[in-house]
Amino acid sequence: MNGSAFSRLVATLASGVIFGIGLSLSGMLDPARVRAFLDITRDWNPSLAFVLGGAVAVSALGVLMTRRMQRPLLDDAFHLPANRVIDRRLIIGSAIFGVGWGLVGLCPGPALASLSLGLPATALFVVAMLAGMVLHDRLPRVGPRAQGQGNDRIGIESGRLP
Amino acid sequence: MNEYWNALAGGLLIGLSAAILMVANGRVAGISGIAGRLLQGVQATTGIVFVLGLIAGPVIYRLFAGTWPAVTVTSSWPLLVIGGLLVGFGSRMGSGCTSGHGVVGLARLSRRSVAAVATFMIAAVATVYLQGFLQ
Repeated sequence: MNGSAFSRLVATLASGVIFGIGLSLSGMLDPARVRAFLDITRDWNPSLAFVLGGAVAVSALGVLMTRRMQRPLLDDAFHLPANRVIDRRLIIGSAIFGVGWGLVGLCPGPALASLSLGLPATALFVVAMLAGMVLHDRLPRVGPRAQGQGNDRIGIESGRLP
Repeated sequence: MNEYWNALAGGLLIGLSAAILMVANGRVAGISGIAGRLLQGVQATTGIVFVLGLIAGPVIYRLFAGTWPAVTVTSSWPLLVIGGLLVGFGSRMGSGCTSGHGVVGLARLSRRSVAAVATFMIAAVATVYLQGFLQ
């Protein structure tokens, strides 16, 4: 085994902590800032574009590194999505997500990270968000089991990047 | 100007987080996927550890910055519930959110992620635009 389960958990914890600090520094935790970023026709605040730009740039360096690796540092194989089909589930689901994100200005990462501030409003949002996730995964006609593909529970294959 | 530098620095850290998870563990730093699997009891320990780290992030930020990061919620409680349900449901149906499709998917040049990001950006911008007429 390439790396222990414990070492992978340490990497997971480091990744989570750095993600949370990055969100805090970036301004993404603030729904008012996020909604000002999305409000392109009125008083647009474009600063959050730099969050995505900076994040994708460093993330892409990670992707380039993995392309030179047979396996990740601490595991035997990569666990990355292999699905390449753009289907209705992807588009409709992303549209539903976008409407919710626009309505409130919170997406899953900032919503969970902001729990540490103990605000009732973001806690309520998180409870509703988790309920929405469970609802999706339990609904027989849209959940992952009905489709037999698509979702990360089944759709991820181990293997090298394309 | 400061908010631009902070946005960039925060973005670089988020990218570093995603790169660590990919290079060390070979996994995508997708928050909706991690949370969704946690709720299903799949890779639960990994999910709990990542989410605890995520929640610790603002606490560690506060040690250095001296203040909590700004979180200004203006939405009514019914809107928070509706928005939360849509974000949770939609991110699971679309197999990702701003992190999985945005930060990692775009970096991998995934066609699915490019389509997902374009779709949720358009939907979010349109939603904020239309909401402006109701207030």
